[in-house]
Amino acid sequence: MSVLVYIESEEGKFKKASYEVASYAHEVAEMMGSSVTAVTFNADDVSELGNYGVNKVLKISNDKLKNFNAEAYADALKQAAEKEDSKVVVLSQSANSKYLAPLLAVQLEAGYASNVVALPESTDPFTVKRTAFTNKAFSFTKISTDVKVLGLSKNAFGLKEAQGDAATEDFNPNLSDEDFTVNVESVDKATNKVTIADAEVVVSGGRGLKGPENWGMIEEMADILGAATACSKPVSDMGWRPHSEHVGQTGKPVASNLYIAIGVSGAIQHLAGINAAKTKVVINNDPEAPFFKAADYGIVGDAFEVVPKLNEKLKEFKEKNA
Amino acid sequence: MKILVCISHVPDTTSKINFTDGDTKFDTNGVQFVINPNDEFGLTRAMWFKEKQGASVDVVNVGGAETEPTLRKALAIGADTAIRVNTPATDGYQVAKELAKVVKDGGYDLVIAGRESIDYNGGMVPGMLAGLIDANFVNNCISLEVDGEKATAIREIDGGKETLTASLPLVIGGQKGLVEESDLRIPNMRGIMQARKKPLNVVEPADTNTKTEAVKFEKPAPKGEVKLIDPDNLDELIDLLHNEAKAI
Repeated sequence: MSVLVYIESEEGKFKKASYEVASYAHEVAEMMGSSVTAVTFNADDVSELGNYGVNKVLKISNDKLKNFNAEAYADALKQAAEKEDSKVVVLSQSANSKYLAPLLAVQLEAGYASNVVALPESTDPFTVKRTAFTNKAFSFTKISTDVKVLGLSKNAFGLKEAQGDAATEDFNPNLSDEDFTVNVESVDKATNKVTIADAEVVVSGGRGLKGPENWGMIEEMADILGAATACSKPVSDMGWRPHSEHVGQTGKPVASNLYIAIGVSGAIQHLAGINAAKTKVVINNDPEAPFFKAADYGIVGDAFEVVPKLNEKLKEFKEKNA
Repeated sequence: MKILVCISHVPDTTSKINFTDGDTKFDTNGVQFVINPNDEFGLTRAMWFKEKQGASVDVVNVGGAETEPTLRKALAIGADTAIRVNTPATDGYQVAKELAKVVKDGGYDLVIAGRESIDYNGGMVPGMLAGLIDANFVNNCISLEVDGEKATAIREIDGGKETLTASLPLVIGGQKGLVEESDLRIPNMRGIMQARKKPLNVVEPADTNTKTEAVKFEKPAPKGEVKLIDPDNLDELIDLLHNEAKAI
């Protein structure tokens, strides 16, 4: 018996969220008196996983899995779970993990809980805490099946170093043509840009910025901080910024370490979507803006005066602390 | 083409969330229910297929009689027939299982559901449904074209997008992008009048098996006061972010 964890990589390198799910799987395994088996897809060097408590790595190398394919990846993970007699499968909440998780749950006849934010409350019955109502509440969800699939929210658990051997074993799942009926025709991805999903810091602009021509200072701040840029719903609806930057209830969720909102009033739908960010800063000229009730730090002031000054200060700080 | 759009009946996005019965049940008191926004984008795209490519569009919900006004709204927007599976929606697997039966009985080619409902945010129904009926599946779908048996879909990925092709039958986990916000339709009087005469078929559930259960709810701890910083003292903000929040 083991806890299985799906390790995501890009261009052969592990993503930070992969170490977080490994850390989480390690502590779940300790609660259950079992060990952690990680599954990697076309990864180069898997040894680092040992530092996050992984005992064994099933290493899949297969050119057909070069592009993510939800059905094929789910099938491979299912076969790994059966081989390892896994009772718990841990995934991240990346777009790809959310895509394959329900397929995997059906194949394993498993109960699936997404957006999990903490270690299980208990393992018998198996109960986990997850967010619901777009972060406006938590739900304690009991999973009654023999095998459980858990989707861990980003930044909910953190990285925890632990000793594991990460003993590597090559694994060749038996994949059929049936697994490849959805085909990737093209991938359009900015390689030099920090994504909202992976960013430590997100800098976001709202209607208060008055127009798309004023985003230069937002992008500058993002540059200085190595941050992703985001925007509120009205800004994307008006076409000032692409939809892919819209964060909030019907847009993307934010769970970064730091979220800086500039000229965003803080509609309830927006706040719900960014609530999981650890530290929130608001800059707005309206002291009554609802965002001030949700923020940790606030500046009441004109963004067009404050932001350029703040960018200078941040630049100095970064140079000093480089 | 026969299209089925799965409609989740959810609290309006501005709703205050409260619980009753010792924090075990969502308090519907004073809450306005709407079509789940992610589903509404899908419904609107389905209407486009109906009008431009000659498809039929049915809508379905798994839930009690209280969800019928939401289904009527979908009919007023232009769906042909509504189906309500007469059982409370308790977990994603149970809902997917009920929908699987509706899809099989109705012989649908394309099923559009939202990527997640904005109440329980499970994000599991479209994928589980696809798995149960052995159909192709595209999640986080922001563009969908169908030509004969072949669909071309664009999926949002972390940091970009991906173009996929698949043959029907297909299940979509949809979201904004399938249509724009400005494409959404507010039912007009004629639509509302017509919707009253359109069929809303109530079918009995096939199976009420669940795999998960929300046993208790909790609201987040109230937030502390915001720390206000003078715009002329930005060094203080940098100091707080560095030393107190450890965020930079």
